[in-house]
Amino acid sequence: MNSSAELAVDVRNAVKRYGDFTALQQISLGIRDNEFFTLLGPSGCGKTTLLRMIAGFEDVTEGGIFLFGDEIENLPPHKRPVNTVFQNYALFPHMSVLENVGFGLEMKGSSRKEAAKRAGEMLELVQLSQFAGRKPAQLSGGQQQRVALARALAPSPKVLLLDEPLSALDLKLRKAMQIELKHIQRETGITFIFVTHDQEEALTMSDRIAVMSAGELQQLGDARAIYEKPRNMFVADFIGDTNLLEVSVDKVTNGRAECRISGNHALSCDAVDGVDVGARVHLSIRPERLLLSDQGIEGSSLKGTVAENIYIGTDITTIMDVDGGPKITVRTSNTERGNKRIFEPGSRAYVNMETGAARLLVD
Amino acid sequence: MSAKTDVRTYTGFRFMTILCLVVLYAPLIVVTVYSFNASRSLTVWEGLSLRWYAEVFVGPESAKFKQAALNSFSIALIAATLATAIATAAATAIVRGGKFRLRTPSLGLITLPIMVPEIVLAVATLIFFNSVGFTRGYMTILVAHIAFCIPFAYLPIQARMQGIEDTYEHAAMDLYATRAQAFRRILLPLMMPGIISGFLLAFIVSLDDFIITNFVKGAGVETLPTAIFGSVKQGLKPNIMAISTMLLGFSIVMVTLSYFASKRNNTQ
Repeated sequence: MNSSAELAVDVRNAVKRYGDFTALQQISLGIRDNEFFTLLGPSGCGKTTLLRMIAGFEDVTEGGIFLFGDEIENLPPHKRPVNTVFQNYALFPHMSVLENVGFGLEMKGSSRKEAAKRAGEMLELVQLSQFAGRKPAQLSGGQQQRVALARALAPSPKVLLLDEPLSALDLKLRKAMQIELKHIQRETGITFIFVTHDQEEALTMSDRIAVMSAGELQQLGDARAIYEKPRNMFVADFIGDTNLLEVSVDKVTNGRAECRISGNHALSCDAVDGVDVGARVHLSIRPERLLLSDQGIEGSSLKGTVAENIYIGTDITTIMDVDGGPKITVRTSNTERGNKRIFEPGSRAYVNMETGAARLLVD
Repeated sequence: MSAKTDVRTYTGFRFMTILCLVVLYAPLIVVTVYSFNASRSLTVWEGLSLRWYAEVFVGPESAKFKQAALNSFSIALIAATLATAIATAAATAIVRGGKFRLRTPSLGLITLPIMVPEIVLAVATLIFFNSVGFTRGYMTILVAHIAFCIPFAYLPIQARMQGIEDTYEHAAMDLYATRAQAFRRILLPLMMPGIISGFLLAFIVSLDDFIITNFVKGAGVETLPTAIFGSVKQGLKPNIMAISTMLLGFSIVMVTLSYFASKRNNTQ
């Protein structure tokens, strides 16, 4: 893992400044070969800037970017073996779909005939063979998206960069494309670097995710690690829904931390590095890992009154007023299985935490 | 739009419209109609005839007009072509050159000649040719025409280019095209409607020019406008109306082509 030759893209201490504004501060991350890697973050977090730096449209202020061990900083975009699927697709409007897909191959030196043949194969991969002769404007948004994908894949790049390519599609189509993209990545074995602000999309598709905010890398890990073991408040809050409770730490023993939230409720959870007795920190608890019950469990329960039930189809969301404490959200899946009970608003109940559900966040 | 605010309901709308149309087009219609008059008179209609058109081509002045027409069209063609090439390069630099320091002054300098009174340009051009010692003739007209055609060619090209997002060129370069290939294969075809429109506009402006041409032409070299002017000074004859009508027809065709070229969308 330390040898950069094993990494498809190795970003080392990359900094990007525009005048006084720092868009990226000291980002270091290694993207493995054959990986579906996602840069996730809210708009303005620097994810697209990083992608454009890899593509060669932005230069690196400090640090370096290596592609399979080779420094690429001084290569112009057309000499980098990476291709991009642009957010607005940027299909050449005056060329047919087939010419669009064949363009990269032609520029790489293939004859027009070879390029057309390979372009035809790529169109088959994205199931658009029957549209080869059309102009991009005659296709739907979803079809244009697939042409853009085929065009970027046709020259067999070492790394494919995708800049929020699904953001213009409607929800159903987007979900279908997420799965298709994942399949295409598996089939071609090309490293994908995908940029998105949609955390659900990132969790669905990625082997690993880099969560970014304000030009900094917040956390790097697989979907499960990012969701279940967020490293800080930003990641916990940005990825999925969560209850963020302010707690004070009473005691740390044997890797367990005894915490107290307002209203004098005790909760115990796994300790993390940097947690000291007396510290005011936060606990993140996912709503689906909480259970409403008549009976409490010592150290894992909060007692309160049901404020509201919200029916959302797959789940029922219950808002609890914890006695003397904060409001807390509990999500109960809408099934008949188990002995789940619906507590009506106004009734008293315990909120029980599953083992390991609470995650301490230092910052 | 509601009926109350519709401009057509304003008092005097119909009258103003008709007045404007009459002022604009009545002279042209009179010239066109009387160019088909059988009579030598400019005011009395004596029947339909093509004799003045025949006079233009075979009459005593036909040699002079043929040479003038040849000069006019050849100068317009060369001047419009070169001006369009220069304007295309200028538009590429100004629209795609990023935010360079002299960008706004450059844009101003290239379009300013449209607003400068033509007589000033004419005098300035004449002084320039005299001071560098050019002999006035065909070449001086051509050089002057190339120069004043540039802003006319430039404007439609720039307008078109501003509508083309630079992601197309980024995409091309991402797909291994060099900057030059991206320009030739992507930007140039997308700009083409603007370029054609600019060329046609420059062509018409050159063909139509009188003031500058009259200053910088040498003795004996005439373009159609100067030849017509020379003829008129010796008395109005209906053959001038015939030439004017032909020139008018040609201009209408060119302007129409220019309009459709600028509207044409080569992306569908």
